Amino acid sequence: MNAALSAIIIAFVQVVLFVFLAPLLMGVIRQVRATIEGRAGAGIWQPWRDVRKLLAKNPVRAEGSSWMLRAGPVALMVSSLLLCVLLPLVGTIPFPSIPSDLFVIVSVMLIGVVALALVGLDGGTAFGGMGSSRHMTVAALVEPTLLLAVYALSIPAQTSTISAIVETRLFSPAVIISPVSVLALVALSIAIMAETARLPIDNPGTHLELTMLHEAMTLEASGRDLAWLEVGSWLKLAALLGLVSNLVVPWGVVTEFSALGLALGVVSITVKVLVLGVLLSVGEIFLAKVRLFQVPELLAGSFALAFLAVTASYLVV
Amino acid sequence: MTGIGAGLLLQLFLGALAVASALLAAPSLRSRAGGILCTLIAVTGFVTGLSALLGATGGLLIPIALPMDPLRLAPDRLGGLFMLIVSGVGILVSLYSMSSTRGPDASRTAWVAMPVFLVGMQLVPAATDSVSFLLAWEIMTLGSTVLLLADHASRATVASAGIWYSAMSQLSFFFILAGFAVLAAASGGTSFTNLQIEPGSWAANVAFVLFLLGFGGKAELVPLHVWVPRVLPEAPSHVSAAMSGAMVKIGVYGALLVCVRLLPDGPAWWGIAIMLVGGASALYGILQASVSSDLKVLLAYSTTENMGLVFLGLGASMLLRGYDATAAADAALVAALLLAVSHAAFKSTLFLGAGAIIHATGERNLDRLGGLGARMPVTAAAFGIASLGAAAIPITSGFVAEWMLLQSLIHGGRLDGAVVSVAASVAMPLAVAVIALTAGLALLTFVKAYGIAFLARPRSRAAADAREVPPVMQLSLALGALFVLALGLLPGPVAALVAHTISPNPTAAVQSVGLGGVSLPGIGAVLDPIMLVVLSALVAIPVVVSIIVSGRRHPHRTVDLPWGGGGSRARPRMQYTATSYAEPLVRVFDDVLKPSRDVQVTHVAESRYLVERVEVEQRVSDVFETRLYRPVLNLFQRYGIVVRHVANGSIHRYLSYSFAALLIVLIVVSL
Repeated sequence: MNAALSAIIIAFVQVVLFVFLAPLLMGVIRQVRATIEGRAGAGIWQPWRDVRKLLAKNPVRAEGSSWMLRAGPVALMVSSLLLCVLLPLVGTIPFPSIPSDLFVIVSVMLIGVVALALVGLDGGTAFGGMGSSRHMTVAALVEPTLLLAVYALSIPAQTSTISAIVETRLFSPAVIISPVSVLALVALSIAIMAETARLPIDNPGTHLELTMLHEAMTLEASGRDLAWLEVGSWLKLAALLGLVSNLVVPWGVVTEFSALGLALGVVSITVKVLVLGVLLSVGEIFLAKVRLFQVPELLAGSFALAFLAVTASYLVV
Repeated sequence: MTGIGAGLLLQLFLGALAVASALLAAPSLRSRAGGILCTLIAVTGFVTGLSALLGATGGLLIPIALPMDPLRLAPDRLGGLFMLIVSGVGILVSLYSMSSTRGPDASRTAWVAMPVFLVGMQLVPAATDSVSFLLAWEIMTLGSTVLLLADHASRATVASAGIWYSAMSQLSFFFILAGFAVLAAASGGTSFTNLQIEPGSWAANVAFVLFLLGFGGKAELVPLHVWVPRVLPEAPSHVSAAMSGAMVKIGVYGALLVCVRLLPDGPAWWGIAIMLVGGASALYGILQASVSSDLKVLLAYSTTENMGLVFLGLGASMLLRGYDATAAADAALVAALLLAVSHAAFKSTLFLGAGAIIHATGERNLDRLGGLGARMPVTAAAFGIASLGAAAIPITSGFVAEWMLLQSLIHGGRLDGAVVSVAASVAMPLAVAVIALTAGLALLTFVKAYGIAFLARPRSRAAADAREVPPVMQLSLALGALFVLALGLLPGPVAALVAHTISPNPTAAVQSVGLGGVSLPGIGAVLDPIMLVVLSALVAIPVVVSIIVSGRRHPHRTVDLPWGGGGSRARPRMQYTATSYAEPLVRVFDDVLKPSRDVQVTHVAESRYLVERVEVEQRVSDVFETRLYRPVLNLFQRYGIVVRHVANGSIHRYLSYSFAALLIVLIVVSL
């Protein structure tokens, strides 16, 4: 089958799968946390029910708020969907004219970051502005770690195309456990925790004004505006967890197109993302949110790891 | 006469016509006539530059009375590219100034200076020998100084900015003059073809340092950038747009002229020095921009950042070329040039947008703006698109350039799988980190600039009463935004054309693929922005359809008090301002920015525990100005006071000085 067509099929499968998987992932993460904490929890389908409820409500908008409150959530959603299209989640067959270049992917993610920050500002309240300001500060400080980790991962494959990186890891697994790769993956994981507003950078379960980052920006949104913001953020988390899991455990990913392979790819990424979600949830039980002004120290640490990874791959190997 | 010669001559003629019209036209017609003639100058320059960029040759010979060679103006491809940049900005600025100028900005002097400035900027990249280069350079500086000083009578800050600008410009000029003098002495010629000397020699090293100081000063690099945060905010907005969008690029052109044409293949430390200066400028510039709440100061510092990135690319390309990593070196240089082109587009639009805000509200302090999006939709859209460009978000010009720079850097550390050198393998990751932090902070800066100014609710009466600017200004803003988008959507043809200016084998460095996409065959990277747009549109369809369906069934409600937690609507004053937006960043970078804080607490008379009011004042000053320039200036001032006793105005004393001098001369001669 020709490459472009199989790329399109895989992208389509990825988008549909992750739209289904992302709310489920959130449900699992919340349920695991509830169970460990000794609560009954709302069940793993609750996020689905929340989205359905939000989509069927009349959104309430403040007087003086602009089109940004309507367009921003859609932009976030589109950016997250694009992540699902471009990242090698089910298969590593890229589009010929737009390969899954890591710098492009990071920039696509930044579209969502910017959209969310602008939505936060548009509400015209102190909370929104506060969340937006903190969110952008963290995003700015995460950027060096993110790009350097990407750089370190790109060195063994000699390209920044993420599909090629995953394939290199699949065909020569020794790369995965090399010190360079481990350092880069740890740095990347910290950066992703910060980007997706998880502990220890942000507490997704809180509504306390002193600690809020992500939640503060969505306070003024309601109805379908809020639904897109929520689903967009969930999709982003799911896609990035999928990326990490494929970098650590590349097996199961489709490299040559076939119906059976595709089914296997879908099952394997679903399992990988859900397992990683459970691990994330268990890990978060033991973490407390760090103070906002200690976040830069954490990020500086992850930056040091990423920098070590890059220079080590040049000077040691 | 060739086409290029005719274009240059026509520009000079139109320039003279514009000067004449400024002197003779009635005040009511002056702005319109001047604007139209300046637009014509810029359009002529655009066509001339484009044909030079496409490879046309030819030029203009101007005989002069001085005992020297005639002035020779004949732009090569690189010169053509910079003429194109300068005149593109010129078109936007001239259109805009037709209806934006009023009061002292529309005076006779200002309209005489405008064409002089525009023509001067066009002539610098056209010059082919050092004398005409320096002459055109001075015409450019003179024109811009006069334009800057338009409003000096009513505002003291303008006069002070004028002094800083003149001093720093002359310092730059001095360094460039000295650089050419060293080169001319070593090579024995003044034309650029004769000036080439052995890059390893001491003369080449001295000339390189002098040129870096001179052109770096014009290109706003740290630590010679101190004039920028004073001059660009104080100049009329169309002049700041021309300065930041076009004049600064002439500094870049100078650096390229030296590093690519006159002294190619320099030693490794040249590349490292330029990378260091560029990286420091990028970081310092964006850090200052991100904490600034004055819109024009923010844009001024962001110019320093962008020029820093351009020099970072230039330095990386020089370093990599020394290690024979030709593909990566070419890509880095093309990226630097694309950054310059895209910066010209988005920064001039941003400055013109800032001018539109000032035109409508009289405010440039972001803390007093807000809600302008609904009141000035065209300005908001243009400013928004240009902000995306400045923040390097996809499908704008800034993104393509930064992507190409990053690609060249990550592929530069290795050649055919082997490490090229220790210097490169430390420099490349550091450069990537600098670009990443810069890009992150730029994102915050422009979210702040756009979000605070155009979204939410107005923070002052002036912002609430704002009206959209006149149609000609809107046209110029829209054109600028269109440039930003076009360069971002169709980078391939532009990059391929730009590659011709620097590489003998351009198709090996950059190719255009698909619908305007760009590919770097030497390092195997492809980017097709149009495909990205198509993909986004495809995934957006279901979302948009569901919004339309659900919007019909569940229409939204607009209420005054959506989620006012305490019960009463929060007042606009309670919104986050630009200052509070940047507060976390000021804390994080406290050691670099060294802000001065002043907290005054007034207690209630009866009890120390109750506070009546708190006043907080925070100032972020330029560290380089307070720590580097002030001490030197103070030293000169003290020296000046001491020397004043020597020349106290007494005629007897002066006569005795002459007598002593005569005696000394006689003694020396007799020995």
